[in-house]
Amino acid sequence: MTDTMIDRSVPLLSCRSVCIDYVTAAGNARACNKMSLDIYPGETVGLAGESGCGKSTLAFAITRMHNPPALISEGEILFEGRDVLRMDEDALRRFRWAETAMVFQSAMNALNPVITIGAQLIDVILAHQDVSYDGAYSRGEELLETVGISKSRMSSYPHQLSGGMRQRVVIAIALVLRPKLIVMDEPTTALDVVVEREIMDELYDLKDKYGFAILFISHDLGLMGEICDRIGIMYAGNLIEMGAARQVLEAPQHPYTAGLVSSFPSIHGPKERLFGIPGNPVNLLNLPTGCNFQDRCSKCVATCKLHDPILQQVGTAPPHFAACHLTSAREEIAL
Amino acid sequence: MTKMSEITVEDMVIDFPIGGSIFKKKYLRAANEVSLTLRAGEALAIVGESGSGKSTCARAICRISPPTSGRITVDGVEITAPDFKMCQREYAAKVQMIFQDPFGSLNPVHTIRHHMARPVRIHNPHLTATEVDALIISTLERVGLSPAQQTAEKYPYELSGGQRQRVAIARAVAVGAQFILADEPISMLDVSIRLGILNLMDDMKKDGIGFMYITHDIATARYFAERTAVMYVGHMVEWGNSDSVTQTPRHPYTQLLISAVPEAGVRETRDVMAPKADIPQRTPESCGCPFAARCLQVTDICKTIMPPVTQLEEDHYVRCHIYSERHHNV
Repeated sequence: MTDTMIDRSVPLLSCRSVCIDYVTAAGNARACNKMSLDIYPGETVGLAGESGCGKSTLAFAITRMHNPPALISEGEILFEGRDVLRMDEDALRRFRWAETAMVFQSAMNALNPVITIGAQLIDVILAHQDVSYDGAYSRGEELLETVGISKSRMSSYPHQLSGGMRQRVVIAIALVLRPKLIVMDEPTTALDVVVEREIMDELYDLKDKYGFAILFISHDLGLMGEICDRIGIMYAGNLIEMGAARQVLEAPQHPYTAGLVSSFPSIHGPKERLFGIPGNPVNLLNLPTGCNFQDRCSKCVATCKLHDPILQQVGTAPPHFAACHLTSAREEIAL
Repeated sequence: MTKMSEITVEDMVIDFPIGGSIFKKKYLRAANEVSLTLRAGEALAIVGESGSGKSTCARAICRISPPTSGRITVDGVEITAPDFKMCQREYAAKVQMIFQDPFGSLNPVHTIRHHMARPVRIHNPHLTATEVDALIISTLERVGLSPAQQTAEKYPYELSGGQRQRVAIARAVAVGAQFILADEPISMLDVSIRLGILNLMDDMKKDGIGFMYITHDIATARYFAERTAVMYVGHMVEWGNSDSVTQTPRHPYTQLLISAVPEAGVRETRDVMAPKADIPQRTPESCGCPFAARCLQVTDICKTIMPPVTQLEEDHYVRCHIYSERHHNV
């Protein structure tokens, strides 16, 4: 989990100024605006932000699972140098699951309720690998055991399992083909904290064993701070801050990140009145000129209402980026 | 009954029928020997995982579903008594509930004004149209939905989740609620606006409104509520002053719950977790401590005898054999 263990020479996944629009009758809503993000092999990258900030949209776009009205209008997504956006149906089919798997938010809806979990596991193996049914079955049993579920549960239906067990099954299915990257979209949001803790600990044991990279999407900054190497913060479709997990949480450079960090009451620290972030999220169809966060920002100055802030490096070791006029102005003075 | 200052629940048991035959019905014990007190101007947090009976208790206090046994008293008057004649409407005006999902609790085809006016008219039939209107506007202002005139004309889809939850709170306050039972009021909201709702409810405590705050997030319980009760499978396992319960948790389940709360930078090593076991289903015949199957410090007595309540400090109670007299004598 430490920074030195990760080989940062060649990125596994590289998103380069990706723009994703939702084409609606009322106009185009830009859910992702020039997102650039690299994920290196074995790394855990977190993406945080409130609902509607575009984090899930990006996750879907990485495996091209987005459906109209979502449309990737600009940019490229490279996986080990291959352009995901230019793959034909066949290549895409081989790429999905075998190289990038996805774990969705609600395990309750991700499994088919009328098919046993065993059949759902085997289905993936048979579709992607040239093995016999018996081989696939024993591989399925093995996988269930690695996520801590007894193999006798192969013949269970999803409704016979608890929420935590279903989420484990979904993780097992994602791991079936040993992908290099797992995209997890709020994997534990619907679960109780104790179950969440068990699943995250197990996931990390599996990560040590198989060495996959994780793109972890959540709004729970506390959990992210524990498990992620780097954290990116999104607001209204823009990546506004990116850096090493500890740095982003302990020394946030963007006022939105600072507000988000102070939105979580602490269980151990001093008891004090917190203020969170005033106001409401912006409407993507009606974005203001300049910084999208201006209406909710306590430090807003004249420049914020005129020019869009650009993501700039604000720290070097480890690299830390923020998109705020105030931090970039401070950097200029310092230089 | 004009002003309520205390709602007391004593030894409340709630059973739900779960099939069986007509000769031998089967029951699920959703709440067992729950005793708690809600005080005006204070918040009591009920913390527990899904299925621990938190909402069931709130529904009983609201008189939506009656308890199987036990007493609920309001300022000394027993409302569960068979001869209690107060009508539900009069009681409901004082004890209101706020639900988890602000997207489901408002009717999409009606304006905010309609949502506010209906309960106000039902509970105060003597008010004139202008008085109702003035009350709606002042209440919307009070919950931070200004400009109130414009907000009143909006439809729910025009409001964000946080604003809708404010409407739900305004609706409860407008009819004169003295106790608000908030069932996970912030868990469906965006992280950035959760704190705004908690702070709003915190301000309302100063006006004498008492809260029962149902949550699974023990960190917000500590932030908002003066007292916290931890529930496990229908039982209150530890309760008292929020700071005592969260800073010096004594029951093994509370300790497990607190060690599982993610907090960046605090946990360097992984704590010892409780053995994985399915959460038991409690029936009226079950005996012993409900947490025995998952507890690391389990002894023989835990499996057979329900632990008694032990007082640890002035306002800190626990239900665990480790701390009981009996255990030390054995």
